[in-house]
Amino acid sequence: MSSNNRPLSPHLDVYRLPLSALISIVHRGTGAFLTTGTIVLVWWLVALAGGEASFMGAQDFMSGFIGRLVLFGWSFALFFHLANGIRHLVWDAGYGFEKDEVEKSSFIVIGTSAFLTIMIWVVAFSSGAGV
Amino acid sequence: MSLRTPLGQAKCLGSAKKGFHHWWAQRVTAVALIPLTIWFAYKVAVLSMSDYQTVSESIGSPWSAALIVSLIVAAFYHAALGMQVIYEDYVSNKAVRIAAIMATNLLLFLLATAATIAVLRIALGG
Repeated sequence: MSSNNRPLSPHLDVYRLPLSALISIVHRGTGAFLTTGTIVLVWWLVALAGGEASFMGAQDFMSGFIGRLVLFGWSFALFFHLANGIRHLVWDAGYGFEKDEVEKSSFIVIGTSAFLTIMIWVVAFSSGAGV
Repeated sequence: MSLRTPLGQAKCLGSAKKGFHHWWAQRVTAVALIPLTIWFAYKVAVLSMSDYQTVSESIGSPWSAALIVSLIVAAFYHAALGMQVIYEDYVSNKAVRIAAIMATNLLLFLLATAATIAVLRIALGG
């Protein structure tokens, strides 16, 4: 029994990840990141419930550089996970498995999440100007 | 009729165990989260530079508070299910895996409860 000469399945580090595989692992990564990020959401809601002083403290942090950076990363992760999640639901329904369709939907996911991230920040900054 | 063997049933073995319920709950929460997250992200963006009074009234209005609590329940449930799959795939030590899943579930439950109480307090004017 020579178990050493058996063919091996392709290892992840010997070939370039296809775009769909990259998106797949990023979906997991963003999911875990968003889970961690719920702490920020809870903190913000608790600060709001705590009254004006605690709320202003939270707002000050959020509008600072680090706060903005966290929120920007979080918003992209959210929209990416949302767009790719919808793609997963389409797959669950049995559609879009052809190679060219997967390639196309990969680009749609990236494009949609980038677009929505930019749009939400445009909304945030333009609504701030009106107040 | 079950196609599983008596021994398999007794030992809780079998192809899916409770996998179907997990899988389905992940999808149901995912569908619920599509409109809820888009709505909430938009709301937070609009309110991002408003003062305490405006934000507090907007978040605490009955419909908005109801939607946020729904969002909290769906999001934390979805997160717990997703984190479980990640641990199951990457943590090979069974004791560590079970401990990690349990700790994550309890922590997420605590966070969800805190967020819900916060929203209720804002809505009911605590």
